[in-house]
Amino acid sequence: MPELLAQQIAPDLDVAGWASDAVDWLLDNLAFIFGPLRTIVSALVGWVETLLVGPPVVVILLAFTAIAYFAVGWAFALFTLAAFLLVDAMGHFEATMVSLALVVVAALLAVAIGIPLGILAARSSTASAVIKPLMDFMQTMPAFVYLLLAVIFFRIGVVPGVIASLVFSMPPAVRLTELGIRHVDREVVEAAEAFGATPRTVLTGVQLPLALPSIMAGVNQVIMLALSMVVIAGLAGAGGLGGIIVEGVQRLRVGLGFEGGLAVVILAIFLDRVTAGFGAGDAGARGTA
Amino acid sequence: MASHVRAEGLTKVFGDAPKKALEAQGSGRDAAWIREQLGQTLAVDDVSFEVEAGELFVVMGLSGSGKSTVIRMLNRLVEPSAGEVWIGDERVGALDNRGLRELRQRRMSMVFQHFALFPHRTVVENAAFGLKVQGVEPDERRERAEEALETVGLAGWSEHYPSELSGGMQQRVGLARGLATQADILLMDEPFSALDPLIRREMQGLLAELQSELQRTIVFITHDLNEAMLLGDRICVLRQGRVVQIGTGAQIIASPASDYVAEFVADVDRSRVLTADIAMREPRRVFAPTASPQEVLDWLAGQEANGVYVLAEDGRVLGVARDDRLARGLGEGAREIGGLLTDDYANVPPDTLLADLSALAARNSVPIAVTDDTGKLLGVVPRARLLASLAGTEVSTGPQAAGRDPNGAGRGRQEPADA
Ligand SMILES: Nc1ncnc2c1ncn2[C@@H]1O[C@H](COP(=O)(O)OP(=O)(O)OP(=O)(O)O)[C@@H](O)[C@H]1O
Ligand SMILES: [Mg+2]
Repeated sequence: MPELLAQQIAPDLDVAGWASDAVDWLLDNLAFIFGPLRTIVSALVGWVETLLVGPPVVVILLAFTAIAYFAVGWAFALFTLAAFLLVDAMGHFEATMVSLALVVVAALLAVAIGIPLGILAARSSTASAVIKPLMDFMQTMPAFVYLLLAVIFFRIGVVPGVIASLVFSMPPAVRLTELGIRHVDREVVEAAEAFGATPRTVLTGVQLPLALPSIMAGVNQVIMLALSMVVIAGLAGAGGLGGIIVEGVQRLRVGLGFEGGLAVVILAIFLDRVTAGFGAGDAGARGTA
Repeated sequence: MASHVRAEGLTKVFGDAPKKALEAQGSGRDAAWIREQLGQTLAVDDVSFEVEAGELFVVMGLSGSGKSTVIRMLNRLVEPSAGEVWIGDERVGALDNRGLRELRQRRMSMVFQHFALFPHRTVVENAAFGLKVQGVEPDERRERAEEALETVGLAGWSEHYPSELSGGMQQRVGLARGLATQADILLMDEPFSALDPLIRREMQGLLAELQSELQRTIVFITHDLNEAMLLGDRICVLRQGRVVQIGTGAQIIASPASDYVAEFVADVDRSRVLTADIAMREPRRVFAPTASPQEVLDWLAGQEANGVYVLAEDGRVLGVARDDRLARGLGEGAREIGGLLTDDYANVPPDTLLADLSALAARNSVPIAVTDDTGKLLGVVPRARLLASLAGTEVSTGPQAAGRDPNGAGRGRQEPADA
């Protein structure tokens, strides 16, 4: 009986074989894309990294505190100052900035691709029908698989980390942009159209401003998801906090792993509150008139 | 010059098989059949009407009768499945995107049920939206928007956001936005339905006042019959996407085209809608001032009345010949009634509400005279007839039915002196 239950009833399909064939084909034929892509992404990360690591720690620290103050308030600014001082005290400030650079680049790219896709999906039901399942697929596929693919295409280093984060974190940007635009009051959109506004004006003057809270919620989620990939990216040799945690795990150095984890949490709180704060602020009465 | 709007056979099918539905419609099927058999929504079914320049035309019907769809086909926010819309001599269906935008920018504007203001723009930016789309310079745009806001009584609120305003004030902004572009056609989809009754009255008053000044061509949607009666020059009643009747409020109440309309108008205060010209009839007889007192007395004897109107040759009322005066005159040797007349009669213009007639009805020996502004007699309203009209027991058979535009020339301000 148990043998019967365990028996395979469908014919053998070599999905694994097809997948690796597809990857081989891509490697053979699209090398001209992967090369330059690698160069561009690594240049971008390098640039942001220099920005964050180059100046004296105190400058960055004050900048973060100021951002926290303007986006959220003085209490959070104090927390930010204390938290990043702690990170510095643990000796992980530079690693944190390296990870931040990776998150920033991955999130920027994800948003830059995701928002237009979301707009497209909001405007065309056909596009939406294609994009939605694709996003579901992207988000449910385990992140390690992306990393594996990204390493194959882009080799070890920071680039596969960025690419895997980008793919993994993009869906909320698409989804919440589409949702935000579709939920704008139909009558308000009609009002703009009834006065003869062009589709472009309707989009930029009415739909996007009114969808902004939703879009910003998407951006916030993108950043959080990208951050959650930092550790996994460490496995691909992206360095930063991921590297520290991976080292802690591999050598069973619990303390080191904990420090790295704590730094990730601090970075997460900072990014979450700041992006949520900016989102709420922009969503208020003021707009692009 | 305000333009007039004409809808010809407008039809709209919502659903995935509009062709089938149109065929069924062509062979006489109604919306209910098409929904049951084909699963398509025939929201608007062959609707035609004409709105005169400067007229306030009301489209009325229950929820789901297709009102919003009709008004949205006028500016093609909803694309008609069949039929045509004409603005002046321009066929709206023939316009390309650019032409359509131009039309919406310059000639038609719209006011919405839930105001549809832009919540992220200030009041003045909202009011200026149409002008901004037209490409008017910021300074001029602001000036004209402020002007429009002043017209609707919102001076001083420019820098507020819509969410800071009450519902009535928000709709004033909506109205200002519609007026600012100076489009001569205003589409209003249940603009006051979402407001409290008191505010609604106030807004109705505002619109009536503005309209008497601005004379825009207005298509106004409502499901509130009293509102329709109050504002509309003419009313178009829709049922399940079809026109059941078009006419002035008084015509619709006095002679509803179907039981449906009759039921619809059943609880209207008729005395505040019906007017003297609906209730009046031709006088049985009138006399010239040269008639002899004896002749008039003889006629009166057979009429159970004690007076009769005496008219000049051009039809003007000279006065009333009353039996007691005639008898006395006869005794004094008078040959003509011209010298024996009294002014013992009440005299009203044709658009007088029946409510105002009631007070006059009992006072005189002759029925109330309805006269035009030159004093010509148009008809008389006997007391019994007045009561019958108010009770709704009598279908209009009076002389007013003849010689009037069957479409119903507007009652009220833009009415030419009725012949
Ligand atoms: N976009 C649409 N898609 C499908 N069906 C629609 C659409 N718009 C309207 N309908 C249907 O068409 C019919 C007429 O709707 P419409 O909104 O014109 O009615 P209405 O008279 O304005 O009603 P209300 O008083 O509720 O506003 C309804 O049965 C409605 O469900
Ligand atoms: Mg409606």
